[in-house]
Amino acid sequence: MNSSAPMPESYYRLLEKIQAVDFVLVDLTLYLDTHPNDFETIKQFNQLAYESKQLKASFEEQFGPLLQYGGSFSQYPWDWKQAPWPWQV
Amino acid sequence: MWYYEKKLQYPVKVSQCNPMLAKYLIEQYGGADGELSAALRYLNQRYTIPDKVVGLLNDIGTEEFAHLEMIATMIYKLTKDATPEQLKAAGLGAHFVNHDHALYYHNAAGSPWTATYIQAKGDPIADLYEDVAAEEKARATYQWIIDISDDPYINDSLKFLREREIVHSQRFKEAIEILKEERDRQKIF
Amino acid sequence: MHTSYKCYHPYISPFDPCKPIQTKCYSTPPNLYMTFQPTNLRQYDTPYQALCHGTLWPDLFDPYPNVRKEGTS
Repeated sequence: MNSSAPMPESYYRLLEKIQAVDFVLVDLTLYLDTHPNDFETIKQFNQLAYESKQLKASFEEQFGPLLQYGGSFSQYPWDWKQAPWPWQV
Repeated sequence: MWYYEKKLQYPVKVSQCNPMLAKYLIEQYGGADGELSAALRYLNQRYTIPDKVVGLLNDIGTEEFAHLEMIATMIYKLTKDATPEQLKAAGLGAHFVNHDHALYYHNAAGSPWTATYIQAKGDPIADLYEDVAAEEKARATYQWIIDISDDPYINDSLKFLREREIVHSQRFKEAIEILKEERDRQKIF
Repeated sequence: MHTSYKCYHPYISPFDPCKPIQTKCYSTPPNLYMTFQPTNLRQYDTPYQALCHGTLWPDLFDPYPNVRKEGTS
């Protein structure tokens, strides 16, 4: 990816979908930390965790890894260090 | 250990180059009630709090680092490529001669971050009440920055962060409820 | 249902140089009224709506700024 080319519209759209699902996962995590026996919410949490994984697989295919230290696979050459970083987009 | 994820928690957009607003936002970067203080306070208190609420401190502390990155992104974008003249006009001349465009952990008035901003008393109730107070103080700081800012995009992100303080405060209050509960009594939610 | 801010009328001296604000208000967000969050609270319909509000639960959402900043002067 040419580092001077702006990211396409689809990058922002897919990223926002991931941010939305992951946000609910954050909020549910804190909720479950104080409500560990809420069975229905744990079901909702697991369903969303699955959705998040699906969205991220599709994102990473197009725009490179979201995680490293082994959290994502790598293309050749090593693509983790590729700009843009979150604060740059 | 921690894994870094290459995304912001919430989208950050900036409408114009505005170093003056960056100078105010620094308060939530390296100020007493800012995100760095919050993250370090909670993660440090984890070691001496009852097991029942360690998870909550761990997870809120981790979320605070995501907020720190959002604040850093705002400051970075508001000042990126600003000329020394623009920085001087915004009251950032003193910052520029020491740091150029680099971010630094200090508050809006330039005082460097200090560990004295945070406490770890080792007493679970004292520590959790500090955490509730810290969230309310951070909420108030976001209000005053929203009041002084006229950037609609920045304000959108700041409203998100303000709401997170409210949710965190709620969870810390629940942690206190959990710790004060009498052992032989049934919980009723 | 509670209100998300409260107001009061501070004493105003004839010798106050700045234009007096007759009504002052402060935030009283919903967490102040919720001891332990009940289970099965209504959630926003979509993750995107939750993201925009900064919380999954409308009962914890507190709008800002609210009308208080205008007040009555």
